[in-house]
Amino acid sequence: MPPLVHDIILTRQQCAAWIIFWRKHAAMPNPARYIVEARNLTKQFGEFVAVRNISFHLLRGECLGLLGPNGAGKTSTIRMLYGFSPMTGGTLRVFGIDMRTGWRAIRFGIGVCQQENNLDPDLTVLQNLEVFARYFDIPTKSAREKADRLLRFIALENRKNDKVTTLSGGMMRRVVLARALINDPELLILDEPTTGLDPQSRHQVWERLEELRSRGLSILLTTHNMDEAERLCDRLIIMDHGRILVQGKPSQLIREYAGRDVVEVVEPSPEFRSHVKSLNLMHDNLDHRIIIYGQEGDRIFEKMTGEYCRDNCIRRMATLEDVFLRLTGRELRE
Amino acid sequence: MTKVLPFNLSWRFVRVWQRNLVVYRRIWLVNFFVPLLEPLLYLAAFGIGLSALVGTISFEGRELSYTAFIAPALLAITIMYNAFFENTYASFVRMYYQKTFDAMLATPLSLDEVITGEIIWGATKSLIATAIMLAVISLFGLVRYPHGLLILPLAFLGGIAFGSVGMVFTGTLPSIDMFNLPIFLFISPMFLFSGTFFPIDGLPVWVQHLAIAFPLTHLVTLTRHLCLGMFGTHLLWGVGYLFLFSLVFYPLALLTMRKRLIH
Repeated sequence: MPPLVHDIILTRQQCAAWIIFWRKHAAMPNPARYIVEARNLTKQFGEFVAVRNISFHLLRGECLGLLGPNGAGKTSTIRMLYGFSPMTGGTLRVFGIDMRTGWRAIRFGIGVCQQENNLDPDLTVLQNLEVFARYFDIPTKSAREKADRLLRFIALENRKNDKVTTLSGGMMRRVVLARALINDPELLILDEPTTGLDPQSRHQVWERLEELRSRGLSILLTTHNMDEAERLCDRLIIMDHGRILVQGKPSQLIREYAGRDVVEVVEPSPEFRSHVKSLNLMHDNLDHRIIIYGQEGDRIFEKMTGEYCRDNCIRRMATLEDVFLRLTGRELRE
Repeated sequence: MTKVLPFNLSWRFVRVWQRNLVVYRRIWLVNFFVPLLEPLLYLAAFGIGLSALVGTISFEGRELSYTAFIAPALLAITIMYNAFFENTYASFVRMYYQKTFDAMLATPLSLDEVITGEIIWGATKSLIATAIMLAVISLFGLVRYPHGLLILPLAFLGGIAFGSVGMVFTGTLPSIDMFNLPIFLFISPMFLFSGTFFPIDGLPVWVQHLAIAFPLTHLVTLTRHLCLGMFGTHLLWGVGYLFLFSLVFYPLALLTMRKRLIH
């Protein structure tokens, strides 16, 4: 066979990798409408079903949040999404490529921040980025340029020659983020990006992520932090026991499942409890408080305060946390 | 169901090898120090201290000084130790504590490539240490050239054999403390009874049979013959055994690591 002919016969994986490369460099729009398209995705560990038959998609340029209590199946879902865990059932297409056959090509286009800070403690900050760049076939010179640019982006250029073990938790998290961006991904996957960070570091990370979002990067993140979900995500999926409970825009979910205004009454009297029950309002009856979810214009606070409230009544806006707790329950998950 | 075959392998394992090289170069001085000084220590202790008691040892019709007898064994032991410890303790730390493999598995690398890169790296460490040690031992006139140069590719092959079996333990043992077990049951008996410090002919027959199964026995035979400049087709049996040993344990290492890490 002449060498030329031999060279253009590519394997399926090489084809897919080539398509990604070509799209990026020819600045062509990705013909696939969905960055992620999951259908009837299932993950089973022996008898235990971690993810049950879920279907969802992620649009280009969108930030999608995956919420759920511990053990809801968020991490299992995410791990299938970057081809770490093999799926038990269903189909998964990322960038329009089938995960089962094209996992390697898909990974070229994905950046992942895993839950643990798994930076290489044997290496410096800069080396961490450079070594990672090599896994994506990025040549040494452009890896150095990219690494420098990313270190400026996370405001850690002055620490680039320090060992990562000398960094604070927040700094490490930012380096993990920079590392996930080294291949200029089309999709960024973040598994609890701000868990365990102090408020300052958390806001730093949020600002970086907002910046990336505004540049049109598609993002998928899991979180326990409702502020984070509300602030960063265009759309949310709330999961529990491996199933999708609801999905939608944060504001829409709040309106639908927690109303507009919320009245919380601490240590309510028994008469008050029965009064709320008789009014047929959307409410939660807890041990030491009662939470009433009011709809637009129903003026529940005014109705309640006159008769029953002294200083044990709080009026506030409905939040995503209300939605989350109402949908997934208040029992502890361990 | 996890897919068992085929293996997901490409040249990309080199990336993992390169990562380990970057780390190795950071502390190259420490890494060079041990193979440089260790043979001096052994040769001093055994060569000077013990040879007066032992006198000469007859090996395939030749009378050897005790130093000449054990020097090649030191090379074989170095090959075994470097690969085995790299692919047990060091690999376990990277896998379990540093989560280095998890991070790699979010990039275009497959697990088979990660593990292959680790094993090839272990063999490379064996090769580097052997090269340094060979140079030191040569200074004492204990190596015949050019035959002695064949010890280098042999170090790589032996490294793959011992690294693979080490990686099988890394894939199966639940905690790092448990490595004491294979070291006690596998490495220490080999260290002592593979014709390293005394010929195995003097041992009871059943121990001799057992020793033949040890990969280190074959490695010692090979390094000893090559150091003495003795060639023979019977040496191919030893090379064949090391090949076969790798051929069994390398795929087994990939399978056990898959079972451990891919969920």
